[in-house]
Amino acid sequence: MVPLSYYLVLSGILFACGVTGFLIKRNIISIFMSIELMLNGVNLSFVAFAAHWQQLSGQVFVFFVMVVAAAEAAVGLAIIIAVFRTRETLNIDQVNLLKL
Amino acid sequence: MLHLILFSVFGLVCVAGAVNLLLQRHPINSALSLVVVMGALAVEYLLLGAEFVAAVQVIVYAGAIMVLFVFVIMLLNAGEEEHTHGSRVAWLLGLPGMLAVTVLICWGLIQDQTSSVRIGELPGHPADIAQLLFHQFLLPFEVTSILVLIAIMGAVVLAARPESVRETKREH
Repeated sequence: MVPLSYYLVLSGILFACGVTGFLIKRNIISIFMSIELMLNGVNLSFVAFAAHWQQLSGQVFVFFVMVVAAAEAAVGLAIIIAVFRTRETLNIDQVNLLKL
Repeated sequence: MLHLILFSVFGLVCVAGAVNLLLQRHPINSALSLVVVMGALAVEYLLLGAEFVAAVQVIVYAGAIMVLFVFVIMLLNAGEEEHTHGSRVAWLLGLPGMLAVTVLICWGLIQDQTSSVRIGELPGHPADIAQLLFHQFLLPFEVTSILVLIAIMGAVVLAARPESVRETKREH
């Protein structure tokens, strides 16, 4: 028997690591991986709540999140390739056209 | 008890992988530690009885998505991350603030000890999931197929070399 809160704390820690990586990483690909980490943290809480409330629909929603994550990864990596082709860099600090 | 031990071991592996992702400077090392996190998460899903989700986690996340990441890292020949100093306000206020929020949320969650999850209590057999997916969630399921189709086309359009570049290459 594992308390539900342990699963939620683990998922919160993973999400916090993802947010931290999103803020401190300077490589576009690393930032993108941090976003995937956040999605994984949320998925864990979905599955934990599905087990807690005895509702299988929580697991179905994890499936949908995974589909959206796969689509997002495909498009995002294509954008990264396009950015690298035009600006020749992966450093997020040098992609600053919109900065004042 | 066995459930708790397995949860703790793989939870620690998960957190270690996530922290390693933050500490590594080279993107390929970050990608490999993300694979570790996803594999350990698949075990956590199995502990929660979600067999289908665990299988999809390994196949889609640890398989397809991470292969895509590693492929792009190799394609772009991504090197070490450069050290740059972000804004000082972010370091002074952001990190302590985030730690405080995390500790607060965890403390609030641990206070509630009444509810717990037993091993294999909710069978997440693929058959049950399919029953739900193809009846109650049929419309969202069909919409995701369109979403994936659009994502594939978008990826091809974005990653394809622009026409002008291709023609100048041919002239040279």
